[in-house]
Amino acid sequence: MSELLLSIVRIGFLVALWWFVISVVGVLRRDLQAPRDAKPLTPARTPKPRPTLRARKSANKLVITEGTLVGIVIPLGTTPITIGRAADSTIVLDDDFVSTNHARLTPQGKTWVIEDLGSTNGTWIGRSRVTKPTVLSPRSTLRIGRTSMELSS
Amino acid sequence: MSENLRRYRVSTRRSAELVLLIGAWLIGVFAWILVDGATGAGALAGWTTLVSSGLLLLFAHTVVRTQAPYADPILLPVAALLNMLGLAMIHRLDVAGEQRALANGSPKPTPDVYAQITWMALGLIFFMITLTIIRDHRRLQRRTFIFGAAGIVLLFLPIIPGLGSEVNGARLWIKIGTLTFQPGELAKIALTIFFAGYLVSRRHTLALIKNRVGGLQIPRAKDAGPLILIWILALLVLVGERDLGTSLLIFGLFIVLLYVATGRRAWVAIATGLLVVGGVLAYTAFGHVRVRFSVWLDPFEDASGRGYQIVQSLYGLANGGVFGTGWGLGYPQLVPFAKTDFITSALGEELGLTGLIAIFILYAIIVERGARSAVATRDPFGNLLAIGLSTVIGLQAFIVIGGVTRLIPLTGLTTPFLSYGGSSLISNYILIAILIRISNAARAPEIDEEQSVQK
Repeated sequence: MSELLLSIVRIGFLVALWWFVISVVGVLRRDLQAPRDAKPLTPARTPKPRPTLRARKSANKLVITEGTLVGIVIPLGTTPITIGRAADSTIVLDDDFVSTNHARLTPQGKTWVIEDLGSTNGTWIGRSRVTKPTVLSPRSTLRIGRTSMELSS
Repeated sequence: MSENLRRYRVSTRRSAELVLLIGAWLIGVFAWILVDGATGAGALAGWTTLVSSGLLLLFAHTVVRTQAPYADPILLPVAALLNMLGLAMIHRLDVAGEQRALANGSPKPTPDVYAQITWMALGLIFFMITLTIIRDHRRLQRRTFIFGAAGIVLLFLPIIPGLGSEVNGARLWIKIGTLTFQPGELAKIALTIFFAGYLVSRRHTLALIKNRVGGLQIPRAKDAGPLILIWILALLVLVGERDLGTSLLIFGLFIVLLYVATGRRAWVAIATGLLVVGGVLAYTAFGHVRVRFSVWLDPFEDASGRGYQIVQSLYGLANGGVFGTGWGLGYPQLVPFAKTDFITSALGEELGLTGLIAIFILYAIIVERGARSAVATRDPFGNLLAIGLSTVIGLQAFIVIGGVTRLIPLTGLTTPFLSYGGSSLISNYILIAILIRISNAARAPEIDEEQSVQK
């Protein structure tokens, strides 16, 4: 074999090896994202438009705007609701990035207070991580794992 | 709530597995062709070997498809690629051995690659059997102590006079007739199951805190019993079998699982202390440990004697450079035990740093997939078991590759999936089968199937 052919073949093998590694990483990445082909069989209800200023009264529902449960509306009463992977949570999120007992939403007067229960990946309002019980304002997005939700009235 | 959540078409990703598996096989065939082309060996004389390895992998894939449809799609192809690369390198070293025999006029040595493909076949058969028999990994938990006893018996089997046999100074093999087997390789799986099962039931007690010193939360002294016992076990392996690698692997595995189970850094600190004490004891008591240590510090001091192997390995790696010499064009046969312990240096010489890094990433991917299954699994036993099994692969690869590249003192262990050797290959395929079983449980939707899963 000629010298040139030899180096082409030699580099070709390394390219093939790395092609494999990169395609594995590709499969791995797609695995980390929310499943793309997971479509709810029940048509998703479009999330309600954001509440206008008029809506000053206390929020009475929680709308899921992103994630596998998108479109689900959870009515809020006067009792706290829990979010987590545990089967006895009010909202069960089957998501590896969600801890067993992840967060709790507690009513306080007309507002709702979000509290992280020591989760691994955190509870987020917009881009800030919830470190202490925080009042959740109706316009902000609450993110837990791959799921986003908002208060609505 | 969960009704809505569960009504999805679940992606099983089996086709991705098939594509990657075919890719892994093709890379193996590519390597084989390059070896034959470069060394001028008979044009693909080993095509039966290649075709049978491909068929075996395909068969293993169909078993995963039917027995564990939601399993992780990456574990099997990555293991298969490592196995195929190992086969190609063993073939390459066989060719080198034949050429040397031809030059010396001595009789042709029997090629090892056919034995290795037989071991691969047996490994994949055990893989399929494991996957079929163990329907639910939690059943292993009920037999925690049986596995513990089995692990210890397997570990010390080679010490029994008459049964054990000593090869190159280490007493790791048992010999029944002409068949030799390295029971320590199976012991590591049994012990992982035992550690996981035991720590699951004891983790709350072990996590209790006595008091705080600085930032460290110190556990109660009376809970240190198991740690001390495992430490003594590891030392006994070192004394009885002169096997530094297995001893380090078992103790390292226990430290990792103890940390994962309790989340207490103090245990890691205490265990590291014990490791240092054990190391010093071994250094002062055993000549062979001292030799390993001095060779590690300065291999060139006795480059044609004790340091010969490691020096040849370093020369090989240097000869390979960044892109390697190419398959069949280096001199990996100059390193003693190139087919077993030193296969990494052989691959490093012919594939270069670029190829070696790809191989390291493949090991890292196996560990990552195992850890990921552990995070996703719903039961604490499966969690610890998956972490433990992936730790075994990662730690073993680290100990042996670290030794070959002179990062740490050399200890004899097989490189998972790459090295020549039946016990190791079979055990590692069983290990991957258990990981695949756990990942299947972790990724499967929790539902009765006929209701909503569309395959």
